[in-house]
Formats: sequence, C-alpha cells, structure tokens
Amino acid sequence: MMSGFFGAIIDIVSSESTYINGALFAAFLVFAASGEFVAERAGTLNISVEGMLLGGAFTSAIGYHLTDSMLIALVTGVAGGLIVAGVQAEMSHRLTADQFVVGLTLNILVFGLAGFLDNEIEPETQLASRWEIPLLHDIPLFGTALFGQRWPFYFLFLLLPATWWIVFRTRWGLELRSVGENPQSADVSGIDVNKRRRQSIYYAGFTSGMGGWFLIFGQIGLFEDSVVGGRGFIAIAAVIFGGWTVRGTVAGCVIFAGALSFRLSVQGLGYQVNSELLQSLPFIVTLGGMAIFAHRVRAPAALAQPFVRGLK
Amino acid sequence: MTEMTTSRQGARIGEWLAFYGLSVLVALLLSALLVEATGGDWRPVVSALLDGSLRRPGRWGETLGTAAPMLLVAVGTIISGKAGLVNIGQEGQLFVGAAFATYFGFLVGGPGPFNLVIIVIFGAVGGALWAGVAALLKFWRNVPEVLSTLLLVAVGGQVVAYGLSQSWLLLAPLGDRGNRNQVSQQLPKNNRLPSPEVFGNRIPLAVVIGLVSAVAVSAVLARTVWGFRLRMLGRNSRAAQRSGVSQTGYGASALMISGAFAGLAGAVMLAGGGFAFGNYQLVPGFATNIGWTGLLVALVAREKALVAIPVAFVFAGLRTGSSFVGSTGVEGRITDVIQGFLVLALLVPPAVMFIRDRRRAQAAAAERV
Repeated sequence: MMSGFFGAIIDIVSSESTYINGALFAAFLVFAASGEFVAERAGTLNISVEGMLLGGAFTSAIGYHLTDSMLIALVTGVAGGLIVAGVQAEMSHRLTADQFVVGLTLNILVFGLAGFLDNEIEPETQLASRWEIPLLHDIPLFGTALFGQRWPFYFLFLLLPATWWIVFRTRWGLELRSVGENPQSADVSGIDVNKRRRQSIYYAGFTSGMGGWFLIFGQIGLFEDSVVGGRGFIAIAAVIFGGWTVRGTVAGCVIFAGALSFRLSVQGLGYQVNSELLQSLPFIVTLGGMAIFAHRVRAPAALAQPFVRGLK
Repeated sequence: MTEMTTSRQGARIGEWLAFYGLSVLVALLLSALLVEATGGDWRPVVSALLDGSLRRPGRWGETLGTAAPMLLVAVGTIISGKAGLVNIGQEGQLFVGAAFATYFGFLVGGPGPFNLVIIVIFGAVGGALWAGVAALLKFWRNVPEVLSTLLLVAVGGQVVAYGLSQSWLLLAPLGDRGNRNQVSQQLPKNNRLPSPEVFGNRIPLAVVIGLVSAVAVSAVLARTVWGFRLRMLGRNSRAAQRSGVSQTGYGASALMISGAFAGLAGAVMLAGGGFAFGNYQLVPGFATNIGWTGLLVALVAREKALVAIPVAFVFAGLRTGSSFVGSTGVEGRITDVIQGFLVLALLVPPAVMFIRDRRRAQAAAAERV
C-alpha cells in the first residue's frame, strides 16, 4: 500500500505532463496575480479579479470570433478586463462604495453576462500554435513546460519583469506603494490617493484581461462560463501567500498550480483517488499555505482600508 | 427654523428617491437593451417575470418560500458585517449546514417534531462550524476572512459531495436511491416543515422563521449591549478593544453566528422541500446559489435586517420568475444579469449622496470662514 503510494508520487513527479500542465496553470495564475499584486500594494483588495479574468476570456473569444485574429483578440481581451476594472475602480475608489461589495457583485454580474451572451453568440475559438524555443526546450522534464508552449505563454516573460520594474523602479510605483502603506501621508505630500488606487486596479484589469486571453488561446481553446472556476481567488491567495513580493507571488502561483496539476496527473496516470477530495485539493493547499505563511509576512499597512480625506 | 429643517429634510428625501429611481431605471434599461440586442423583446420577459413570481396561481407562495432562506442568509450576513467582517462564504456554509442537518436527522431519527428541531439545530451547527474554520484561520493565523470563507465554499461543496458518495455518511441505502449514486435518503413525512395553504398558495413555515429572525436580529443589534459592542467593533476596532471588547471573542462569534444562519437556511431548505429546493433530500449542488443571493440581499439592504425583508422578496421574485422567462425565447440567465445590474445600481446613490453631503459641508465651512 505504502510503496504503491510512493510509486504513484514518483510517477507523477517524473512525468513531463505534470510539468507542462503545472506551467500552464501557474502562468494563468501569474497573469492574474501580477496585477492583483500591484493593486494590493496600493492598498486595494479587489476580489473582482475573478470577474476580470472571465470578462477578458469572454471578450477575447468574441474578438477572435469576429476577426479571426489572435492579436485583436488580445486587444479585446484586455479591453474586457479593463471594463470590469473600470467599474470596480470608479465605484469603489471614486464613489467610495465598499470594494468587496462591488467586487462580489461584479463577479456575479460578469458570470451572468458571459453565460448569457455565450449561449446567444457561441463564439468559435481555437488554440494558438506552439513555439518551441531552440535548445532550451530540450531540457529534460521542464524544458517543454517552460520553452515549448503555445505562444501566448511567452507574454509572461515580458509581463513579470515589467510589473517588478514598474512597482519598484518608477516614481509611479513608489507613489503606489506609499498609498498602500500610509495613504494619509501620501495625501499630504500631494499624491492623489484614490487616483493611484484606481490606476492600480486598471493595471490588474490589464493583466487579468491578458490572462483571460491566455487561458482561451494558450491553454483551453474554447470558452465556457466555467473556464476560470474560482482560480481568480487562488491568485489573490497567492499574493497574500507570497507576502506581497513579486518573487513570493510567483512562488505561491507555482505551488497552487502544482496542486491543480497534481490533480490532473493523478487521474491521467490512472490512479484511483476519490475525485471529490482531489477536486478540493488546490483550495485546501491554498488555505493551508495561507494558514502557514499569512501571519509571518507584513501586509501593506492600509490594505483593504478605503481612503476618504479627513476621515480617520 | 424648524420649518426650514423639515423642508430641507423633504428635499433630501426627494433627492434620495430621485437618485434611487434613476439608477434602478438605468439598470433596467441596460437589461432591456441587452435583451433587444440579442434579438429578443423585453416586454414578454417582464410579463413572464411577473407571471412566474406573482400572478400565476400558487406563484407568490413559491416566491415567499424562496425568499425565506435568502432572508435567513442575509440576516446572518448582517451580523458579521456589523462586526466589520466580510463573510462571503454563505453558499458553502449553507450546504454544509444542510449536510449536518441530513446526517444528524437520520442519526437521531426521533419522533417527528422533535427530530425536526434536531434537523434545524444541527443545520445551524454545521454552518457555524464551517464559518468557524474561517474564524480560526482569521484570529489564529491571520488569514483574511474574505478569502478563507470564499475558498471554503469550493472545499465545502466537494466535502459534502464526498459525504454523499459514502454510504456510512450521507448516501442513501441502495433500495432508496434507484440508480442515482450521490443522493441522501428522503426525510420522512413527519420530519418535514409544514406548509399551510393560504389562498391557494403553499406558505412554508420557513417564512415565519425568516421574519422572526430578521426582527430579532434587528432588535438585538440595536438594543442590546452585545449588539452595541459588535457595532463598535465594526466601526472602530481599536476603540472597541480599548474599551474592553475582545476582537477575537466578538469577531469569531459574529462570524460563527453568521454561518449558523446560513446553515439554518440550508436546514430549512432541506426540511421545507418544494420551491425548487429538491425533494427533501440532499444532492450535489443543493445550495443552488441561495447563499450568494442571500449575501447580495444583505448588501443591497445596507446591513439593515428589516430592509432585507422586501429585498429578499424582490430577489426571490427574480428567481421564481426566471423559470417562466425561458418560454419567451430569451435565455433564463438574463435574470442573473438583471440582478447584477440592480445591485450595482443600488450601490451608486448612497455613495453619490455621501460625496455630495461632504462637498456641501465643505462649502458651508468655507462660507463661515
């Protein structure tokens, strides 16, 4: 019994498909989490990432359906993410409506809208072609996972350094972080707190829209209203798990993606494990990961606290 | 002087009404536009919604029966919301509560009314325990409850589904389930909540439970020391702690009570049956979005338990009406969209009024200088 168990683990760990799936899951999470990371550094916690991802996925599918161009689909996908971000940003950081209420409602609204319009339009999509980077993709085990994916995957290698650079090496990023740490002082020194927060949410919409586009053309190939399936929330958890650093966030995404991929591999390799418990594994790993790490890291001091000048 | 204030108050109330009316109108217009844009016609949709929720015989009883669990969920949400906690996992708490109710209902199996009480109590216990996991993670390990409650919805769904596949937990014995493999036993007749008939409509007892809970919670929050401390914790946790309100104690109990109400809603749905809640038995997907909708009810009611009563009725009407929309050729899911637009629209007026009031106050202050 035990040797069977370890045999299974070794099988899974040594199977290339585990890494390929893991990289795909991780990439999707990183797209969403990099934007959410920026938003959280500015002191907002927008749970509408889920809706941004779904909105982006849907509008990119529509874009491709209409034009047959994956680049235009990217543009429409980003636009979809930005629209959802716009509602979240303007309502919660201009009109001062509660950000969780707005986020939750947006998730439900986007889910309803995407499902309704998907049934009406039924967009047709397909997977992008595979690009194999010479030499690198021959590395055993994880070569194909990192360097032999479909081309939307490689946007990640641009997005991630760009996110780090914007947040830690530009004036805008400095102001953004100050807004997340101490909005009162930032306000006094002449930074428009809520404007920076709105911009940070727009950035999250941008990356999540891209993530939705990646999901359709880089991973799944067709749109359903269940394509995101709660992974936006796992992306938020990854940011918290990673202690609000880029490195940690990526690590969180990789670990949670590992749980998602493990689930697929177990079934793919024909092992009998109770499917319900396996389904909930990624969420349990996410909760466990946060339980272990969430109290060791320091959150942005003003995280999830709305800013209204003169109050508090 | 008094005359002036009353006229000012009148103008203010007028402003509020105009704002709310305008934004609801915009939400409905957007929904109508969406129906038209996809080649439908909005008029039959409205009439189908009214037919399905009120006009056809027996339908308003159905709507009341659907509103009851939503109201219970909303009442619970209001308690945690007042304490400044964002519990958004009611969907899972409801499902786990229903599972507890089923399990202990059959485990105890006492005489009818007594067992009904057991079912209701253990429903609440199940919901409270599931919310308790989030409370534990929050106050022991500092995990934000926004995320933990949300992730626990996914976990709860799967754990109960697992329970439903195991005959030592919830799965019905072979003879009782035909060829289905994830279904619990049916509650025996004397374990069900009675639904007396009024004017040709079945009115389930759950409605009474919901109304009593709403009134009681509203009174407890407004009139008791416990309620006052809870509100203090929500408004300013630091001040509350300085004056001796334990954040852990009050916060955790608020979260667990809120879960208990969601679990109670699950038990009531199980024992009430009908009303699209299935056949007095637990199946996967039993919660059917009642938890999410109840949460929205609480948010739209702006955390006022008494306001939640009419809001729950409207949202229940959208739900019962949606089953009639299909016959008009428009996808029934349009009601999800209408609901989303409505909630967003109802968030706008208070926020705009808040900003306007501040601007006016600032202008008045500037004048005085």
